This record gives sequence, C-alpha cells and structure tokens, in this order.
Amino acid sequence: MHSHWSHPSRRGFLAGTAALGAAGLAGVAPARAEVNWRKYAGTTLEVNLIKSPRGDTLQKYQAEFEALTGIKVNSEQTPEQQQRQKTTIELSSGKPSFDVVHISYHVQKRQFEKGGWLADLTSFLKDPSLTEPTLVESDFATAGWSFAKDKAGHIGALPLSVDYWIIYWNKDLFAAKGLAYPETFDDLVKAAEALTDPAAGVYGFVARGAKNANTPVFTSLLLGWGKDSLDADGRLATDGPEAIAAAALYQRLMTKSAPKGVTGFNWAECQSAFLQGKIGMWFDGVGFAPPLENPEKSRVVGKVGYGVMPKGPVTRAAATTGDGIGVTAASAHKEAAYLYCQWAISKSVGARMLQAGAGVPFRHSILTDPEVIKGVTMPKGWIDAVVESAKISRLTLPVIVPVTEFRDVIGVGLTNLLGGADPAAEMKRATAEFRPVLERSEAG
Amino acid sequence: MFRSRDPLQPSYRPFIAPAVVLIAAVIVFPWVFTLWMSVNEWTLGGSQHFVAWDNYARLAHDTRFWLSLLRTVIYTTASVVAPLILGTVAALVFHAEVPFRGALRGIFVMPMMATPVAIALVWTMMFHPQLGVLNYLLSLVGLPAQAWIFDQDTVIASLVVVETWQWTPLVMLIVLGGLAAAPTEPYESAEIDGASRWQQFRYITYPMILPFMMIAVVIRTIDALKSFDIIYAMTQGGPGTASETINIYLYNVAFSYYDIGYGSAIAVVFFIVIITLSLALLWLRQRSQWSL
Repeated sequence: MHSHWSHPSRRGFLAGTAALGAAGLAGVAPARAEVNWRKYAGTTLEVNLIKSPRGDTLQKYQAEFEALTGIKVNSEQTPEQQQRQKTTIELSSGKPSFDVVHISYHVQKRQFEKGGWLADLTSFLKDPSLTEPTLVESDFATAGWSFAKDKAGHIGALPLSVDYWIIYWNKDLFAAKGLAYPETFDDLVKAAEALTDPAAGVYGFVARGAKNANTPVFTSLLLGWGKDSLDADGRLATDGPEAIAAAALYQRLMTKSAPKGVTGFNWAECQSAFLQGKIGMWFDGVGFAPPLENPEKSRVVGKVGYGVMPKGPVTRAAATTGDGIGVTAASAHKEAAYLYCQWAISKSVGARMLQAGAGVPFRHSILTDPEVIKGVTMPKGWIDAVVESAKISRLTLPVIVPVTEFRDVIGVGLTNLLGGADPAAEMKRATAEFRPVLERSEAG
Repeated sequence: MFRSRDPLQPSYRPFIAPAVVLIAAVIVFPWVFTLWMSVNEWTLGGSQHFVAWDNYARLAHDTRFWLSLLRTVIYTTASVVAPLILGTVAALVFHAEVPFRGALRGIFVMPMMATPVAIALVWTMMFHPQLGVLNYLLSLVGLPAQAWIFDQDTVIASLVVVETWQWTPLVMLIVLGGLAAAPTEPYESAEIDGASRWQQFRYITYPMILPFMMIAVVIRTIDALKSFDIIYAMTQGGPGTASETINIYLYNVAFSYYDIGYGSAIAVVFFIVIITLSLALLWLRQRSQWSL
C-alpha cells in the first residue's frame, strides 16, 4: 500500500498542511487566516531549476501546484554549471527571464546577496494570507536558515534540500577484515589502510581528487578540528595548523588508500569505483544512495553501510551544503512566485523527494514523520545517517562571492599534495594566492 | 573602352552598405567592446570601473596565465606534429593501389566526423584507470596500468592522443590531394635513373606535397590553438591545472569567476598571439609554393 505522501492529491495537500498546522508541529502556531492559494490564478510563472533529482521532482509534480493555485508554471532545468552561468548573466542584466530561481547556497548565496538579485521574503513569511502556519523556522534544520538569511536577517531563497556528507562503506569488505565502522579520524585512517590491497584491486578509501571538486572534502575534514575556512573575522584560515593537519590527513588517505588516478576523480568516478565493490569507504554527499542500491547499476546492493562522519581531533561535524529556491527581485509576480517556492518546500513535495532518494528536505517534520519514513525506498541505515548528520550539521564552504575561485585555488593545492607536495607549503601557497582575490571581492 | 570607377562613389554606396553594417555588427563591434571591457574592472554582479592597463599589468604577473600559455604551446605543437607525420604516412599508404582502398579511406576518415564531446566521453571511459579498456589491453601484454588523463604527468600526452586520433584523417585528405595533383613524369625519370624508393620520396614526393603539408599545418595549428571542447569535456583543465590551456583558463576567468574585464584582457592577448602565428605560418606557406 502506498503512503498518501507518495501520491498526494490537491485535497490531500491542503488537508495535510491544515492538519499539520492544527497539530502545531513546530511549536505553537497562532490562529491565522487561511492561505488563499488561488489568489493569483491566471498568472504565469517562469521557473529556472538546476538539473537534478530535486528539479525532476518539482517538474514531475508541478501540475499539482497548477491545479492548487490556477497559476501556470513554465519550468526549465539546466545542468548545474550552465545554470549558474545563465542565472548570473541574466540577473546581472537586471532583466532575468524567470521569476523563480533554484540556487546552490554553498556556491551562489553570497553572490546573489551582493547583487541584490533575490526578493526579500521576510514579510511574505509573516503574512498569514500567503504563508501556511506550518511554515515556521523551528521546523527547519539550523543550516537551512543560516543559508537562507543574509547578515541582516533578511530571507532570500527558502531552504529546499540539504546535502550532508557521509561515508558510504562496504560491509562485506569490512567484515572480511574483521573491522568495525570508524568512530574517529584515526580509526578512519587505520581502517582505510587495513582494507587496502592493491594486488587484489581493493582500496580502502576514495573521495574527490579533482581540482575544485576536492575542496569540500578538505574543508569537511577541517571541520573535525572545529575550524571553518574563514575565521570569525572573515580572514582565511586555510593555512593554520589545523588546516595543515587536515590537508595532511587528506593526503594520507588519498595517497595510501585510494585507487590509481584518484587525482582526476570527481564524484562520478568515485561512484563508479565504489559500485564495483572494490572500495572500502567513499566520502561524499548523502544523495548517492539510489544508484548504489540499484541492482541494474550496482554490485554492492544491500552491502552498503551509511556512516555519519567520524569524530575529528576536536569535534564531530557533518559537512553541509544545500539548495534553496527563491523569487527574483525583478519578478513582477513576487507573491505568486513565493507561493511556488512555498509549495516546493512543502511537506508533500519534500516527503516525495526523500522517499525517492532525490534529496533531503531541511524540515524536521518530514524527517521525523513515521508515515513518510515508511515510504522511503532507501535502506534504514541511510535515513538514520541523514537524521544523525542533521544533529551535527555545519556549513562546509565559506560564504563568499568568489567561492568557485576558492575551490579552484585550494583545489590545485590539494591536487599537488597527491603528487607528493608538502601540506604546509602547499596550503600556505594556495592561501596566499587566494587572499588577494578575496580582498578584491570584499572591497568591490 | 571601360574607365576605372571609384568604388566609393555615391551611387555604389547603397550596395556595399549591408556588408559594411554586417561586418561592423558581427566583427568590429564585438572586438571593440572586448577591448573596452579589457580596460575595465568588471565582475558580473559587482561594480564596473575604468582601470586603464591594470588588467594587462596583472596578466604580466599571473603565473597561472603564463603556465597556461606554455601548455597551449606544448599541446598545439604536439597536436600538429603527430597528425602531420601520421597523416602523411597514411596518405602515402592510401595513395598506393591497395585492395578496398575506397572503403578503407572511408573508415579512416570517420573519427573526423564524430562530435568532439561524444569522442571525449568515449575516450574518458577508455582512459579510466580501473575500468578502462586501455589498461586492460596493457595488462594483456604485461605492461603496468597507467593513469592517463587522471595524472598530472600524463594528461597532456593523453589528450594529444585523442586529438591525433581525430585529426590525422584531415591531414591525410589534404596530403592525398597533393599526391593526386602531382605529375607522374618525374617518377618515371627517377625509375630510369635508378633512384631508390627513399630517394624518390625525398627528392620528388616530399617537395611536391610540402605546400599541402603547410596548408595542413596552418589549419591544424589554428584548430589546436582554439581547442576547448575535448579538453573541457575530459579534464576541465585538470588534474589540478595540468591541462589548463589558455582557452580553459579564459573560460574559467570569464564564466566561473565572472571576471569579465580580466577575461577580456586574456582574450585580447590570445587573439594577438593567434594572429601573429597565423601570419607567420601563411608566410611560410607562401615560401613553400611550387616554383615551376
């Protein structure tokens, strides 16, 4: 039997949100007027989405939004890199062709804030005629609002989906060596090296080695020392003792326990390698369970463990990135566009995203709903890792405009480490190279 | 008797106006605008202001720019020389009367017709260190596995292999044209004089196909200098910046870092390099013409 979250109707959506409101899931909701979902019937919205399972979900069910509101939606999905270029160029022109935009918080947040490209949704969220009573701050993971708000507390894009970094581990390979899932970074290194047997083509660890893609791996390790890439004053902290130790750990894992050619691996190559059943652990975002559990693609179906990030020398932290969905400042249909964004982050849509493994919503009410969890097609270990990671979530990339250049410059340093460079020298060089870029950006 | 007419006399002007407008719109304006952008500090989403030659001064101290220029020279040289040699050999082979010559020529030119991104995806899979067919073939003959495009030391050479595979047929077709146009009498005289095969090639064939080889060099050089699609699809300039040619760097600066002013300065410098090199090659080609 299908959960009603798998196939909700318009009536179901309204009933569900109303019931949740009555229950006051995320605290006490005051008596409020009902949202008039049909107030903007007849409006046409242009929606720009990143090509992704989240984008697929929104497009798949957009007819429900159209039926609910009478608003017509023209949506398009564009591959991530191209979408970032297209939105930047269009928004900087002042006349974007879309009302709603899907953004990668960890890359675009600061750029969008600096450009003033998003409408401030703060007043909409307080307006009971526009916002469901269930849409309250306390229902979202802290990271969600850290991403959504600017320094002044204004809300830009609403939190759509979160990506926690976890460790996918091969239970069979661990069992063959009599190993347990690592609890600390030291255990992680020991397990990775114990699992590695090049003669048998088995390697203990894999993660992104390619420039740019590898930077979140390093910054995620750095979180274990309780440090971010920037200090409290916004200065680069990528050449401090903790950063050098994190870089040395990255170097050790990737040179002693990773397969040949990992220097050029992005997530796709890591996934291909792990799918073959010859990799002990793969460290990456939480969204890769569906291919690993797909019998047509994977040799590790049913053998994958989903582990929360082990504890570092100082703390245990789950590196976090995420997506948001917002209304452009130039849109002539801001309220209607806001209704779309609200629908996109609703429990109905979020539940289906979670159940399909297409994404993890920021909302606690979805992650803790037994009915929703029952419909999740991924193994229980995966949802457990998601829930536990949410408790130790921490942003992994600095919130700056030139984040791509940051990832490139630091990433080149990390790649050089895999060729044998000294971690201290390389991190100091990369940091010195990026510092003027950051200064120019902050001054501009 | 006809009198020479002034092409700019008023009655002619309406006829050349469309061409002038078109050239101004699609060639002159973009270049003037690029020049203008190159003297501005202009980041998308940020402010724009005139900085005169600052972007060019910044280029002079940009190690990543100079290294990308060096890689471009290495990549281009290898991507011209390898197809030139192999294409010339292939032309000599296919010029001879061999069975199924037409069909074999057809098969040989197929790589040239394939889409670069499709080629890049296929070769990326073939180069995969664990799953790729190339390392499997090496293992069959007892050779160690290579990291190919996944290693900083071998990535340029691996990309040149792909470029060579795709563009050797073009050189072959050009040189084949030269061989077909060459007269047969000198060979008959050489046979009578007892010249060896090598001597015939060295003193008859080579001078006759040299102008055609120079055409191939010009076309291949311009093409290899501009190469972007295969490199970007296969490595995005990595690992690290090991395969970051100037086109990839320019793309990153302009469309990943959105530093339009600085990217324009790179484009201007690169354009000057291409024009200079092309003129030099065209001059060399003129010198290699047959003197009958």
